[in-house]
Amino acid sequence: MSTIKTLEDLNKAAKRGLESIIPSKTKIMVGMSTSGLASGAQEVYDALAAEIKKRKLDVVLCKTSAMGMDCIEPLVEVIQPNRPRLAYSRMTAKKVPEVINQVAKGVVDGFKPTYRMDEEDYLCLNEKKPYFKGPLPNDVKDIPTISNVDFYKKQVKIATRNCGMINFESIDEYVAKGGYFSLYKALTQMKPEQIIDEIIASGLRGRGGGGFPAGVKWQTCRRAHGDIKYVLCNGDEGDPGAYMDRSVMEGDPHSIIEGMIIGAFAIGATDGFIYVRNEYPLAVANLQRALDQARAYGFLGNNIFNSGFNFDIKIGKGAGAFVCGESTALMTSLEGKAGEPRAKYIHTVEYGLWNRPSNLNNVETWANVPAIISRGAKWFSSIGCKNNSGTKVFSLVGKVNNIGLVEVPMGIPLKDIIYEIGGGIPGGKKFKAVQTGGPSGGCIPKSLEDISVDFDALWEAGSMMGSGGMIVMDETTCMVDIARYFIDFLEFESCGKCVPCREGVMRMNEILHDICGGKGRPGDIELLESMSKGIVDGALCALGSTAPNPVLSTLKYFRDEYTAHVRDKKCPAGVCKALIRFSVSDEKCTGCGVCLKKCPTECISGEKKKTHVIDQTECIKCGVCKESCKFDAIIVE
Amino acid sequence: MVSFVIDGKNVQAEGGAMLLNVARQNGIVIPTLCAHDTVARSGACRLCVVEVTKGKRTRIVTSCLYPVDEGIVVSTKTERVMNVRSLVMQLLMARCPESQLLKDMAKEMGIEPQPSFRVETDKGKCILCRLCVKTCEDVVGVSAIGLSRRGKDKIVGPPFMEDSVTCVGCGACAYVCPTDHIVMESTDGRRKIWGRAFRMKACDTCGRYFAPVDQLKWISKKTGTPLSELSVCLSCK
Ligand SMILES: Cc1cc2nc3c(=O)[nH]c(=O)nc-3n(C[C@H](O)[C@H](O)[C@H](O)COP(=O)(O)O)c2cc1C
Ligand code: SF4
Ligand code: SF4
Ligand code: FES
Repeated sequence: MSTIKTLEDLNKAAKRGLESIIPSKTKIMVGMSTSGLASGAQEVYDALAAEIKKRKLDVVLCKTSAMGMDCIEPLVEVIQPNRPRLAYSRMTAKKVPEVINQVAKGVVDGFKPTYRMDEEDYLCLNEKKPYFKGPLPNDVKDIPTISNVDFYKKQVKIATRNCGMINFESIDEYVAKGGYFSLYKALTQMKPEQIIDEIIASGLRGRGGGGFPAGVKWQTCRRAHGDIKYVLCNGDEGDPGAYMDRSVMEGDPHSIIEGMIIGAFAIGATDGFIYVRNEYPLAVANLQRALDQARAYGFLGNNIFNSGFNFDIKIGKGAGAFVCGESTALMTSLEGKAGEPRAKYIHTVEYGLWNRPSNLNNVETWANVPAIISRGAKWFSSIGCKNNSGTKVFSLVGKVNNIGLVEVPMGIPLKDIIYEIGGGIPGGKKFKAVQTGGPSGGCIPKSLEDISVDFDALWEAGSMMGSGGMIVMDETTCMVDIARYFIDFLEFESCGKCVPCREGVMRMNEILHDICGGKGRPGDIELLESMSKGIVDGALCALGSTAPNPVLSTLKYFRDEYTAHVRDKKCPAGVCKALIRFSVSDEKCTGCGVCLKKCPTECISGEKKKTHVIDQTECIKCGVCKESCKFDAIIVE
Repeated sequence: MVSFVIDGKNVQAEGGAMLLNVARQNGIVIPTLCAHDTVARSGACRLCVVEVTKGKRTRIVTSCLYPVDEGIVVSTKTERVMNVRSLVMQLLMARCPESQLLKDMAKEMGIEPQPSFRVETDKGKCILCRLCVKTCEDVVGVSAIGLSRRGKDKIVGPPFMEDSVTCVGCGACAYVCPTDHIVMESTDGRRKIWGRAFRMKACDTCGRYFAPVDQLKWISKKTGTPLSELSVCLSCK
């Protein structure tokens, strides 16, 4: 690898990359991100390698990351000369020979791909390249294109543009997708102020939760006094169940690095740090490889693109505390001290890491930057809605059919995400609410399912965007229990520095445990409310000041559920064990005896063909009887 | 100099001065538990909160860490402020039911314990104000004690809660502790603190035990004064 100093060099790398993205021979790709590996992608990869060797096929086998649809992984994709790209889902080692058969023959028959791609988007080049010329081969005509798959139909990919599309181990493939051309443009054709103006004009807001305008932050940091300045990337991602940032770090590390170099040039920073949790080993490895490659090409180091600009990036590893995602705690942790927040009355853009001006942005925020520089502020702000330009990546989990990572334009109605992209609620159950914004976010009830998904509307509804967690809940979810679950998490993650959060959240948790355990007292709801106010106002950092949110938002929309627990000692959703009772319906019970056999404590009795009875003193409320009864005869009240 | 309003009164102060200090200079009472003149402030207790309006934005800030600025309007006794203070006091009283200091302060502030909070039994009188830790680190300079664990399990003490090797037995932590959580016992030539016993040095002149030998050795090492010159107590010097 020789260094790249000119546009000509860059074009050469792009050419090499394109040859490896769409080679002149067959290429098979396996989705090997953390989610792919968890569903068995390594086995599939090994089986493919063995089968290819056995049949002596001339095939390129390589790794890519995930495109987002976790529920169909492991995913294997095949690109063959002059044929559309085909995606085989839910792959197993057993299905490998069949796929290889099709590859050898060059036609689909038998095991069907889930979707096909006729062309590939080169976003940063503003270009679409077809996989084949001429008419569509007959054998793939009835395979839907990806744009006809419900999960992908309404998605718009900017931050995750390359995830699952390129081999994350290849910098040339990234360059072929238009990567580092934005860096070239920024360093050789733009002034730092111009870059900042462009980012301000694009309306890009921080994707880590706060939604602060990125360009304004850069500008303040540029204007702050000091010769040494830092740009930082927040890859802590502590929200349980969230993995948007992990996917970008694993699948397209160069997009973050390129964004950071452009930002550093605009701000006048000399060093950069990417803060990643230790629990993300693959992200760390892929970022490290990418940094080494970028350094070898001269995108990091001295005199980048002969511009005279010097900059380098290091990785800082965190121990995986949720609070370390908070800006001041992240910086203290990077300094090698215990990750505890401190007061921010003087901003970190002025006094941050080692008391020097520091600009922190989220992974996704950085990944958007090269696209904005390449396509322009006007293009970016044309996507999304008022004051909320661009897209947002969400991890869609919970009681929804299609689980996975989705990138949607800001302002999309919530119901589109749940019913169309998510494919609705499994088991014919009713949608009840969705938790957005992570543990300290809030619940949006079904009655607000038309809400526009953007920073401001979610905030108004008592929740927030957060970093993009989205947990769907159905009618079998108890909202008091949900609030307790999140408060439990926050109690565990509180750093313990300040009184309102350390002691207050713990007391709220005690009260919620009591309420769910049938020991709620009159006045508990009001006490939770007044404590919430005190904690919101009094806590030192945003972990504490947003910690009451799960309680406040569930109280706002589901107060009657709290009242039912406290006053009537009932759990309307039938979840809180201390408040429910299982019995058998005289009308529906056929006396088949299935429940009697399944009950682990053997507390169900009854003769064949006669209504069975549950002994309340022995019942442990495990719900096995209800699950096993075919006649829906078990009553929960 | 900057001018601003605090509880309706026009005041002037050096720009960047801490709001708590300026308020106190102007005779305004703000309760505190974790601010002490000798060490850097941490903002741990949150008792010193006040309401500040700057431009269009009104928010609650901790006065001990808030640098004053031109034109701000400060109110130290609003309902929001009092709600935070009473929550903090109630939470601390439930944590440290034995603390006389907390009882006295609460009484003065007119705050009753919250009966719904379960009373703790294993936290002693420690409110985790960190004054001991900071004093040991910044003033004494030995960092013999620190904070360990996270959240509600956070505790203060020697590393891994074993006998501290670096402790010199000076007792500065016990002296600075606002709630008298740290127990220091002195009996005939021995002082016990943080689970370790220290031999005391008797004054060469009056014979009174005045300091642990380890502390004198530490002072000698730090200041370069020969140990022999540290053998008389302050009153006999
Ligand atoms: C408790 C807590 C945890 C946070 N965790 C993260 C995180 O994991 N990732 C992140 O980017 N921002 C996180 N944030 C927000 C950051 O403090 C900060 O606002 C953000 O990284 C700034 O980048 P942005 O402007 O690009 O969003 C967290 C904030 C708090 C209070
Ligand atoms: S609010 Fe919670 S996490 Fe933040 S400083 Fe206070 S105790 Fe630590
Ligand atoms: S022991 Fe005393 S000084 Fe140390 S943290 Fe606890 S209360 Fe504060
Ligand atoms: S005195 Fe200000 S936070 Fe404790």
